[in-house]
Amino acid sequence: MRRERLSVVASERVGPYTLLRVTRGGLDPGIPGQFFMLEAPGRLLPRPMSVCLAPPGELAFLIDPIGPGTRALCGLEGGDRLAILGPLGNGFQLDVERPLLVGGGIGIAPLPYLSEALGRPPAVLGFRSDWHAEAAGLVPDAEVCVEPRLVTELVDPDAAILACGPEPMLEAVRALAPTAQLAWEAPMACGYGACYGCAVELDGALKRLCVEGPVLCS
Amino acid sequence: MLLNASGCLDALTAPEVARSLDAFVTKTVTPLPRDGNPPVRIAEAEVGMLNSIGLANPGIDRFLTGNLPRLAKLEIPIWVSVGGFAAEEYAEICSRLDDHAEVAAIELNVSCPNVESPSESAARIVASARLATRKPLWAKLSAAVPDIGAVACAACEAGADGLSLVNTLRGLTLDARTLRPSLAPAVGGLSGPALKPVALAAVYACYQATSMPIVGMGGVQTGRDVLDFVAAGARHVALGTALFADPDAPSRVRAEVAVELDARGYSDLDDVYATAHPELLSIGTTTNGKYLLK
Repeated sequence: MRRERLSVVASERVGPYTLLRVTRGGLDPGIPGQFFMLEAPGRLLPRPMSVCLAPPGELAFLIDPIGPGTRALCGLEGGDRLAILGPLGNGFQLDVERPLLVGGGIGIAPLPYLSEALGRPPAVLGFRSDWHAEAAGLVPDAEVCVEPRLVTELVDPDAAILACGPEPMLEAVRALAPTAQLAWEAPMACGYGACYGCAVELDGALKRLCVEGPVLCS
Repeated sequence: MLLNASGCLDALTAPEVARSLDAFVTKTVTPLPRDGNPPVRIAEAEVGMLNSIGLANPGIDRFLTGNLPRLAKLEIPIWVSVGGFAAEEYAEICSRLDDHAEVAAIELNVSCPNVESPSESAARIVASARLATRKPLWAKLSAAVPDIGAVACAACEAGADGLSLVNTLRGLTLDARTLRPSLAPAVGGLSGPALKPVALAAVYACYQATSMPIVGMGGVQTGRDVLDFVAAGARHVALGTALFADPDAPSRVRAEVAVELDARGYSDLDDVYATAHPELLSIGTTTNGKYLLK
């Protein structure tokens, strides 16, 4: 884990989301599914974001402006600077046969980088509106559905599933495919095991998602 | 000395951060293992954050066999934070820590806002712990009392060697959409910059009330904050919430302290110690003659 102050290259709108592109500096982009803590301007605590894309010299994060921290991050402009810590946590296991990427809403964030690492496997993505579904353009070879259709209708349970999305979607995927790799989310203050804020129940005990996850295998 | 506030760092997952401090303070250890409170456990407030972790810890048995030997390998002084729900529980843990040379000091957490408070007073807990160990005992107090100076005096008379000031204060945040509590247990401990003036006042009062050494903490983010706590009467300073946002905070804060001292013509923090107190202001100089009147 390493923390650097980096510059915003560009901030691009993708439907309701923002693709925040920053210089990579000396940071390792990590394994798809790992995350970084991004300093949110004017806020006390950084925000956890998984890497969406890692082109040479850059890191890009897909951000949904749903609260004061994410709105501040989406308000950054080219040349602004922010501190970034990472990579953190455990990413997806990439040694899988016949992978299928499954994403819902802002949960598609780690899938473009994951798709690249796995050689562009098929993907199924679900969104709540056509506007949100504009983000599907970031994921190659993606089949897209919009509510009221649910992404689980497109899932082949016999594939090696790697999924990220809202909790109800992940629970539905797990019911279909118990061995799926699922990337979960929880509020985090630190991202490196210090605050115990991101506890989730695993094997009957509360454990830190930042240390044990965020990608968990059933 | 620069420390971490208990519960704000896990030296086993971030050893390099722990090594950047002068001593590591563990998360509070209780007699039995505790899972802690259900999530959601943290929320950001306007100028601080709330937590309600609820003393999640492995319990003293697993701490002694699993955690402590690994912490000892860090080769920095280890302070163990001890919690319980009765004075006898504090005494039991202190007794079991007493023979472990790798434990440099014990901090008695008599003020966690996220669990039921012990029924005994801080002084009674300190007195019980004092009988159980020869280790230095630091009493961690809450500022949510009418007269913290009186609590400090009682802790001193009961045998405490120092004070850790302060623990978090109970706070509440509401979800913007639902207007229901952000945290599952509703109320949590407020830390961060919002706590700093409260903590400074506690350090100031306890310095005047007792001669005990103090670890000051509460909203320390910068080198200037360190100077404030030392000027108010803290011998040592601990980082809490600042570590969450920046694991490099210890080295940054040390560098800022050096700049702040230099700008004021001080050679080290000893020159700043307790300078906020009126008896020093009236003299206008420290023992080494370097105190500068504003």
